[in-house]
Amino acid sequence: MSDASLDIRSNAAHATQMEPKEASFGDYVLLMKPRVMSLVVFTALVGLVAAPATQPLFISFCAILFIAIGAGASGALNMWYDADIDRVMKRTATRPVPSGRVTAQEAFQIGFALSVMSVAFLGLATNWVAAGLLAFTIFFYVVIYTMWLKRATPQNIVIGGAAGAFPPVVGWAAVTGDVTLASALMFGLIFMWTPPHFWALALFMKSDYHKADVPMLTVTHGRAATRRHIWIYTVLLVPVALGLGLTEVGGPLYMAAAVVLNLIFLKGAWDIRARSEEQAEADHYAVEKKFFRFSLYYLFLHFSAILGDIALRAAGLSLGGW
Amino acid sequence: MAIREQSNLHKRRLSRNIGVGLSLVAFCIIVFGMTVSKIREGSKMEAFDHQPRVSMTPAIEGQSGGTQ
Repeated sequence: MSDASLDIRSNAAHATQMEPKEASFGDYVLLMKPRVMSLVVFTALVGLVAAPATQPLFISFCAILFIAIGAGASGALNMWYDADIDRVMKRTATRPVPSGRVTAQEAFQIGFALSVMSVAFLGLATNWVAAGLLAFTIFFYVVIYTMWLKRATPQNIVIGGAAGAFPPVVGWAAVTGDVTLASALMFGLIFMWTPPHFWALALFMKSDYHKADVPMLTVTHGRAATRRHIWIYTVLLVPVALGLGLTEVGGPLYMAAAVVLNLIFLKGAWDIRARSEEQAEADHYAVEKKFFRFSLYYLFLHFSAILGDIALRAAGLSLGGW
Repeated sequence: MAIREQSNLHKRRLSRNIGVGLSLVAFCIIVFGMTVSKIREGSKMEAFDHQPRVSMTPAIEGQSGGTQ
């Protein structure tokens, strides 16, 4: 190989390294936390479908879309504000803002514009109760959770979890224009599920939160206390999950699923509580990881069971008296 | 240095422009669809205050429509 061709190649490689980082459309999509959005879309859809009223299909589609955009917008605002700690944590270091592909200012502008747009259009498409709830959800996630609680208290996950719990309530309100016991219990299910889910993650991602100086329970109160908290919150979650089955959205399928899922979840939480840190380190947090993975199925299957009962009722196969 | 048309920077910029363009088109379609859906939903309304009118509802047997 000649010196000239080597020179050209090294110049080309150098030029590639020197290129300014520029966002692709995919980076803007990543800014909106698509994985979180998928959970929001699913739970909002269940709230909307379970609501005891009907609306045109296209309006329902728009409602879900604007709720998803609102959730994405709050995700972008979260990335704008949290860029400093995202840069430190291994799990979040490749996000568009900390990696430099999108500037923090761009993230703020996109997040703010989409927040206003999603609330306004949800109000126009459905009603202003749903729009108000969506606006409150965005405010809660960005201001109460991201700007205030996340860096201030180890209870950040507990209270901040409310933001993730609102979508089924918004979906329900988009159809009925109100909040009822059933939609409040759907909120309660996600709200009470969030702490055990995230604390299990914190148990095996310990260095990340510690490095970023985020006051997770594992950092401030120790790992034994976190294990106890997982157990307590799981016990408190059970009556909420079963109570939802006794409302108008419940049914035999939901109740059967809830009993089985909650028994498994309780067993997992007890196993975590009963373990010492030495035991956990010896098997690389296998029980905690298994509990975390199951927690994802736990929520998904509860909401799927609500849809299942709706399908049974529509097919005239539901048991009487429910 | 010659402009390298197929540099990574150009590809990213192109994908961004196409994405934003398609999003705007989708937004226009959604607003149009919402408008059509809302107008259909409100077919039993008269224009000035967008309230349902008895005069617009189908007549009940034995009664003449529009007089209730």
